[in-house]
Amino acid sequence: MIDRYKAIEKILAHVQPADLVLSTTGMISREVFSTSDRPGNFYMIGSMGLLSSFGLGLALMSPEQRVFVVEGDGSALMSLGTLPLIASEGPSNLVHFILDNESYESTGGQPTISSKVDLAEVAKSCGYRQVARVDDIESLEGALVAIDGKAGPHLILVKAGIAPVEGIPRVTIPPTEIRDRFRSSVQQRN
Amino acid sequence: MDAKSFWDVLKSRDLTFFAGVPDSTFQQAYKYMVEDPEIRYVPAVREDVALGLASAAYFAGKLGGVMMQNSGIGNIVNPLTSFSLMYKIPVLLVIGWRGYGGPPNDAPEHWIMGVKSPEIFDLLEIPYEVPEPDQLADALDRLLAEIHKRSVPGALLIRPGVVD
Repeated sequence: MIDRYKAIEKILAHVQPADLVLSTTGMISREVFSTSDRPGNFYMIGSMGLLSSFGLGLALMSPEQRVFVVEGDGSALMSLGTLPLIASEGPSNLVHFILDNESYESTGGQPTISSKVDLAEVAKSCGYRQVARVDDIESLEGALVAIDGKAGPHLILVKAGIAPVEGIPRVTIPPTEIRDRFRSSVQQRN
Repeated sequence: MDAKSFWDVLKSRDLTFFAGVPDSTFQQAYKYMVEDPEIRYVPAVREDVALGLASAAYFAGKLGGVMMQNSGIGNIVNPLTSFSLMYKIPVLLVIGWRGYGGPPNDAPEHWIMGVKSPEIFDLLEIPYEVPEPDQLADALDRLLAEIHKRSVPGALLIRPGVVD
């Protein structure tokens, strides 16, 4: 098990300036925001389940940029049909992280069903080109290093612990400002 | 109008990136779309997934489109409110209007949404147009002007028989 905020810190440490980083609603966006806010981040502060399809669209529209999709098991399960869609479209620049703590932690830690379903196996059978399942920080580091030089779509399933961090601020940037600076980050590369 | 004329109108407005779920209202137009190399179409698994995909086009400086049946409007209410309208991300919704006019038109599963479709867009303050076959270009231009002015989604509600 990896503490989720440590996994997020590790993932963000591998982000290059041109990369796009999308984070799902709830604690994950709040932790990405407080760890490393940057214009190329898109905080999906609502619309649970929508992140992966938005990320797929961006990966197709901007093939020269790596697109990091960072979501939880709850949001991945909500839009499970997007996994085979990502695999069938096959964008090589998409890196999909599922931080799997087997719970809806943002709403109080209620259990999801991912303790009984291996989402890495699901991604493999859907046809993701690269799939890794990591449960310690060293293997996460190894999976992040391995992204380079291999065509995606990648799926990195991070088995994470329930690790409530007190006092994480909400995303304080207004939605239209998140949109505008993110749009500039996409258009600079196209 | 035939499928080619329909797509000529859309393509001439730089509408070439679509995602969606098919509807029989525009069967021929769908066939034309997937065979046209100038149109990029992603066969989404749900209407909300199509909305997420198509909205990405805005960030690359284009307007994306969603092809769908009106029975899927319920599936996009959450992303319309907490994504499209909140961030003000424009997108074009091209919707086959099943159950137009209510019972006894169409099959029973379309009766309620057939009546409620425009009311939902009124409630959400999302602009829409109901084009006649010979006035698609005018309806689309009015809708696109509104979409860009308010930076919001807008819908073309296509009744059966309007497009082949």
